[in-house]
Amino acid sequence: MHDRTPVLEFRGINVHYGLVHVLKDLNLTIYPGELVCLLGGNASGKTTTLKTILGMVQPSSGDVLIDGDIVTGDSTTQIVSRGVTMVPENRRLFNRMTVRENLNIGAYLRTDRDALEADMEHIFEMFPRVKERLNQKAGTLSGGEQQMVAVGRALMAKPRVLLMDEPSMGLAPVLVQQNFDIIEQINNDGVTVFMVEQNANMALSIADRGYVLLTGSIVLEDTASNLLANEDLRKAYLGEVE
Amino acid sequence: MTHTLEQIDAPASSTPSPVDWSKVQKWGVLGGLTMSFIAAIGMVTALDQRLIISPWLSLGFLTLLWIPVVFGIIAATEDAETPGVAGDRDVISGLVTGLLSGLFFAFFIVIIDAFDLTDIFRNLGPKLVELLTFGRGVGVAAALWIISCGLLGLLGGTLKIAPRMARSMIGAAAMSVVGVALLEIIVTDITQGLRIEFVADWIYALNGGLTPASALVIAAGSALFGLRSDGSTLAERRLERMNLDPEVRFRKNVVAAVLTILAVIFLPMILGGLTNDLLANVGLFILMGLGLNIVVGSAGLLDLGYVAFFAVGAYTTAVLTSPLSPFYTPGWTLNFLSLEGAAVITIVLIMAVIAGVLVGTPVIRLRGDYLAIVTLGFGEIVRILFLSDWLAPYFGGAQGITNVPSAGLGPVEIRGTSSQAMFYLIAAFVGAAIYVAWRLQASRTGRAWTALREDEDAAEAMGINTTAAKLTAFVIGAIFAGFAGMIFAVKVGSIFPSSFKLLLSIIILVIVIVGGMGSIPGVIIGAVVLIGILGGPTQQGLLQEFGQFKLLIYGALLVVMMLKRPEGLWPNVRRQRELHQDEMSQDAWLMEESSQDKDGDS
Repeated sequence: MHDRTPVLEFRGINVHYGLVHVLKDLNLTIYPGELVCLLGGNASGKTTTLKTILGMVQPSSGDVLIDGDIVTGDSTTQIVSRGVTMVPENRRLFNRMTVRENLNIGAYLRTDRDALEADMEHIFEMFPRVKERLNQKAGTLSGGEQQMVAVGRALMAKPRVLLMDEPSMGLAPVLVQQNFDIIEQINNDGVTVFMVEQNANMALSIADRGYVLLTGSIVLEDTASNLLANEDLRKAYLGEVE
Repeated sequence: MTHTLEQIDAPASSTPSPVDWSKVQKWGVLGGLTMSFIAAIGMVTALDQRLIISPWLSLGFLTLLWIPVVFGIIAATEDAETPGVAGDRDVISGLVTGLLSGLFFAFFIVIIDAFDLTDIFRNLGPKLVELLTFGRGVGVAAALWIISCGLLGLLGGTLKIAPRMARSMIGAAAMSVVGVALLEIIVTDITQGLRIEFVADWIYALNGGLTPASALVIAAGSALFGLRSDGSTLAERRLERMNLDPEVRFRKNVVAAVLTILAVIFLPMILGGLTNDLLANVGLFILMGLGLNIVVGSAGLLDLGYVAFFAVGAYTTAVLTSPLSPFYTPGWTLNFLSLEGAAVITIVLIMAVIAGVLVGTPVIRLRGDYLAIVTLGFGEIVRILFLSDWLAPYFGGAQGITNVPSAGLGPVEIRGTSSQAMFYLIAAFVGAAIYVAWRLQASRTGRAWTALREDEDAAEAMGINTTAAKLTAFVIGAIFAGFAGMIFAVKVGSIFPSSFKLLLSIIILVIVIVGGMGSIPGVIIGAVVLIGILGGPTQQGLLQEFGQFKLLIYGALLVVMMLKRPEGLWPNVRRQRELHQDEMSQDAWLMEESSQDKDGDS
């Protein structure tokens, strides 16, 4: 099925924070157009995985590949300019800058400045609320609106791969569903999505495949539907009680 | 409109609520303490010879007498928000606050009269007692102080409820009398420049200070001026300006800019040497402030060793041009129209960049407090290197480098002693620096700095090269300071390590903070207020009398600014909005809390 070059690949990645072995011999493969989620409990290394992709954390061994090229050791700037962007955990907007300024910073590395206005319009179509708040400080928005701006900011970079760190964290239940719909829509538009999520049921319901991370090692890897059906996983990670 | 916790707690009722005694008590005691403190540090004795209105009021007494008035206003202020109660209680609050302060201060006088404390507090001796008791015995003096402080407090409380017009008239009158009296030197200097010395002769008494007649005229004149204004505050006027039509505002800005440029060109011709020198010093600090503003205000990197770059610029210039330096090449001076001059400028630029990179690279990975501490260390290391015996053959150690020749513009010599020429030179550099700083703010780099200041991790995730952005800020800041150092070297003609102490870094930082972080006009205002009015570390300000208390006033100003106006005197528009939003959301939260409490009680 996947005879194409993976857009993102981990080959035997090990990450240490000082003496702590955070990621242990991690192998991941993500193909263009996929929506993959990474599940796991607290401190299992999910965020570290995303930071390693972006070059914000350097692996002690192993290689990160983007489009089949080894990018291990490249700076975040280089990796972002290859079309990989992240929506950070807790959104991390520039609270004291306006929504418009936030969106513009998202496009910081783009050289096709003329296309920015059109892209912004596209984001307004997706999130009409963002347009209403354009000149407001990002910090004054509600959680749901902030999430929209965070996603919009990431999309302003015109990413081919979107990394999402706990997109549903801190959102009201009604917004969580809406948020996953948006992620699905972005994926349908052709952006590869790699998402870290604690809300495993929701994440798997829109994902193609999933990885399960346990204290730095991948313990399960399967299609989303198989993972959803997996009894052990349901008990261990999906928080289901008999 | 700010709400305080007390306000929310106070029951909002339609009947005039009683005086808030705890607040009156607090400010009364604080007032007495402040007065005692000011007397104890020797301000009153030191400034007694400096007259404001000859022979009745000296600056020394003025440093005490403003306290009951201002604290009376503060103690009375609380009612302003509650409708229908402005009136008696404001006046009573003011009166009682003043009386309390007076009582406290009278007690202080009794104590220093009864005990000789000069062993511990040098100033608390007979001289102070003599001054504070007017030579009439402690009992009479104590009563006098209590009564007069009470009256001044009453004045404060009354001012609070007086109509706006009256307040602005009285305020204008008081400010201008004190202002004109304090600016004696400069006014005399200007009138001499204009050849109308007789005006100054009439205004000022022979032994300094205004004559009673001129004080009256000035007070009346400025009160009339206050009558003309609609009593709106500066902040309101600024807000008005901000809401203007962009086109109108642009036109107004252009007019203001043209007027400023004309003033910069023509004022030095009118002003005397003293004033020009003062303005030149202010300009030098503006130059450095603009540089540090990029580092601290825009990029958010707290650099406490900024003086290092100033030193590098000054020493580079001195080493290249002083005949006493081993690197001296005959003919090398800072002549802006000669090849040698261009070479000096280029080398200063290169050295500043190198210094910026050298200091910047190792510290760039540090954040916040750590960055501040390490840069502080670097600043000191640079000074100690210049001071060291090891490098004394090149930099002269503690003797420094003397005989730095004056700058020049072609055949015209810009002597350090000619304050007018110096002013033009510095004004040119400041103009260029303002332009560069302004363009940078709106640039892509400027946006990267803002993002960096807001959230470094998120900025990095957006693909901003944070290391490069920080280093750029450091290097640009270093260049500004380097050029300031270059001008400083030719201005004073001799360079010593002691000119580059930590204090200088701190003062530049205070300029940036007081003016308003990240704001270019703020830096200018900050430098004018601090350096122009109070004076720099070695430079005289307008209020030379306060020289020995300068650092105390800096400190007090900084504390008051941080509490009351953290956005600075002329804030960056962005930052002002930020702080006020925080304030409002904080208050909203308090309101919510208190309303919940009430619900819980009922």
